[in-house]
Amino acid sequence: MSETTLSDGALPRSTPAWTVRRIALGVLPLGLLGAVMIAIFATGGGLGDRSAPPVEKLSIQRVRLPEPNLIALEVVNDGPEPVTIAQVLVDDAYWSFHIEPGPTLDRLQAATITIPYPWVAGEAHVISLISTTGATFEAEVPVAMLSPAPDHATLLRFAAIGFYVGVVPVGLGLLWYPFLRGLGRRGLRFVLALTAGLLLFLIVDTVEEALEVAATTPGVLSGSLLVPLVALLSFLFLQAVSGRNPETPRRGLDVAYRIAFGIGLHNLGEGLAIGAAIALGEIALGVFLIAGFTLHNVTEGVGIAAPILRVRPAFRHFIGLALLAGAPAILGVWIGSFVYSPLWATVFLAIGAGAIAQVVVEVARLLADGQRSRGALLDWTALAGVTAGMALMYVTSLAVAA
Amino acid sequence: MNGWRLSRRSLLRAGTAGAALTGVAGTLATLLSGRSGAGPLAPHSGTDGTPSQQAGHDSSHATTAMMTVGDVDTVAMGFDPSAFLTAFDYGHVSWLPDGRTLREYRIVAGDKEIEIAPGVFFPAWTYNGQVPGPTLRCTEGERIRVHFTNAGTHPHTIHFHGIHSAYMDGVAGIGRGAIDPGESFVYEFDAYPYGCHLYHCHAIPLKRHIHKGLYGAFIIDPDPRRHGERARSRHPDYPESREWQEYVMIMNAFDTNFDGENEVYAVNTVAFHYMKHPVRVERDRPIRIYLINITEFDPLNSFHLHGNFFDYYDHGTTLEPTLRTVDTITQCQGQRGILEISFAGFEPGLYMFHAHQSEFVELGWMGVFEVVDS
Repeated sequence: MSETTLSDGALPRSTPAWTVRRIALGVLPLGLLGAVMIAIFATGGGLGDRSAPPVEKLSIQRVRLPEPNLIALEVVNDGPEPVTIAQVLVDDAYWSFHIEPGPTLDRLQAATITIPYPWVAGEAHVISLISTTGATFEAEVPVAMLSPAPDHATLLRFAAIGFYVGVVPVGLGLLWYPFLRGLGRRGLRFVLALTAGLLLFLIVDTVEEALEVAATTPGVLSGSLLVPLVALLSFLFLQAVSGRNPETPRRGLDVAYRIAFGIGLHNLGEGLAIGAAIALGEIALGVFLIAGFTLHNVTEGVGIAAPILRVRPAFRHFIGLALLAGAPAILGVWIGSFVYSPLWATVFLAIGAGAIAQVVVEVARLLADGQRSRGALLDWTALAGVTAGMALMYVTSLAVAA
Repeated sequence: MNGWRLSRRSLLRAGTAGAALTGVAGTLATLLSGRSGAGPLAPHSGTDGTPSQQAGHDSSHATTAMMTVGDVDTVAMGFDPSAFLTAFDYGHVSWLPDGRTLREYRIVAGDKEIEIAPGVFFPAWTYNGQVPGPTLRCTEGERIRVHFTNAGTHPHTIHFHGIHSAYMDGVAGIGRGAIDPGESFVYEFDAYPYGCHLYHCHAIPLKRHIHKGLYGAFIIDPDPRRHGERARSRHPDYPESREWQEYVMIMNAFDTNFDGENEVYAVNTVAFHYMKHPVRVERDRPIRIYLINITEFDPLNSFHLHGNFFDYYDHGTTLEPTLRTVDTITQCQGQRGILEISFAGFEPGLYMFHAHQSEFVELGWMGVFEVVDS
């Protein structure tokens, strides 16, 4: 990196020639940096003698109850120093356990702890890990329930959940297509604006979710910093892709697919949430949650339908759109319940937020294209539509929120 | 959409609000319930599935999964709770001009990391490098001189439970007060009254100085010349005491993360030590336990014996039991007493003893007597 910067700055127009001297000049600062790093570690960087015990950190990523007499924990050392897990307590009782690969976890190393504990279905349990310095790390099982095993029947059941939450509502929403086509110009405009409104709601919601998940990622990964960065990159990437040929007018089907893609990522996030809740046993209390998500996501179908009201795509496109927007929820449930990782969940959600933001730009262009006169982009009809979109999403979200 | 906020609380709240939805969601409920609740929970299965670290103990040791994994390195720590049970420090004996016995002890306070459960280290403050400190034993009426040096990093004292002058009370701010690091002081008094007593640091803040490990047993034996026959078995110099199996048990606890609650409970410091290393007793010889409670943060601790009953002498200051035929006694912090137990004629085997606060049991305060044929 530094080599390019240096050569660009020093000799802007000459063709780069990779002489030994040039390479040496490029490497020199790196070498010095290395020397400084060594000096910092050798001298303690001015902190002097640190006689205090190291600050130990441990992130319990996942608690599973794979068998009636077994608790399994996945932990990551997200602190700066190695951590040795000396003992394990379940509900304030020392309990025998097994740890793989070993009790000492280096920085960012992961381990699996299995505890032969007769947990009680439907009740709460607390697991604490006690390190060699006596520091304790706690994880809670809010409602003990056998963790799902990835067999055929379970996969199928979970696919059904994803189907109810993702594909069904989007498909139902798309069924309004013939009705929406019957609307006049202003009606169309209203529906497009409504789409923009619901997408704006989804951006806020997705970012919020992403930040919440990011908070549970190991601290050193700075998950909350990843959210805006990944979202921005996702937005810019899609913007670059869509901007390749500025002469091509934004046409409906293209935009519909983009919306479906963004919503798909959003629904993947919802699937992850549901899957993770199943894994934690919480879903036993929250079946209404699924009904809530279904209700909530119907509006998304309307949003996808809005840009294609003037074109008449083949029927297969409707199937494709519904699947693109809805099916990721199935994937999300699977991932969430079997291999959930807060880090990847954060990344997916952030990509989703960026993608949805980019689609808002597309929808705004459609709104602008629709204005033959050079009226304002945001007239009263559009504002009413945006407001309606947001209000609809907000109100239906109450079915999910507690 | 608030899927990530699926805390139990919010779900319960929503559960009430969403009751109307349950009908609609009925099918989903069946769909989701799946294997939940399927199969009764098998009873707790002993060592099944316990890690390999636990294997390798002798067969006399009690087997349960509710236990720490591994064993404490008592050699590296320089403290073995099994040896501590019967380790009495009689001090250095000489005679005063008036013919009385002078008993002198040397006690050094210091900082030391101790292992209180396998692999769990606690930054303790110690008397003579161990927690509890040495068991000081003497006879009533003797002159006691304790040469105390503070080699630690904080001011400390030794406060003896016994009869002495205010100046010798070993309390911060009274008499000689706290002994600063590097300083020394000689505590001197006559040993009264006979009984099972204790000593501990009385520097401030008190809670921390006690729970960090500055305490020990202080036993004053009754003088049979004054109290007659009944006192003879209590005094190690008399043949009547020989058949007795005497043990010191100090109920203590450690707050490893300094949140004001203990993570480890024990007798004599190491959690579950006497589960892994039972106290081996001969069936037909009587047992005398000097029991002291110095547990910090909890108002009470207790001792419960399985399969048997015992007589109890509160504070050990009487020769008649203060409680007869009990199997559980409670002590507040600083309270202590003597338990006299007999397994004569009993079937040999493992007889458990533990606090009858289940919480303390599960956190380490549990052990067994291994009763063997004499």
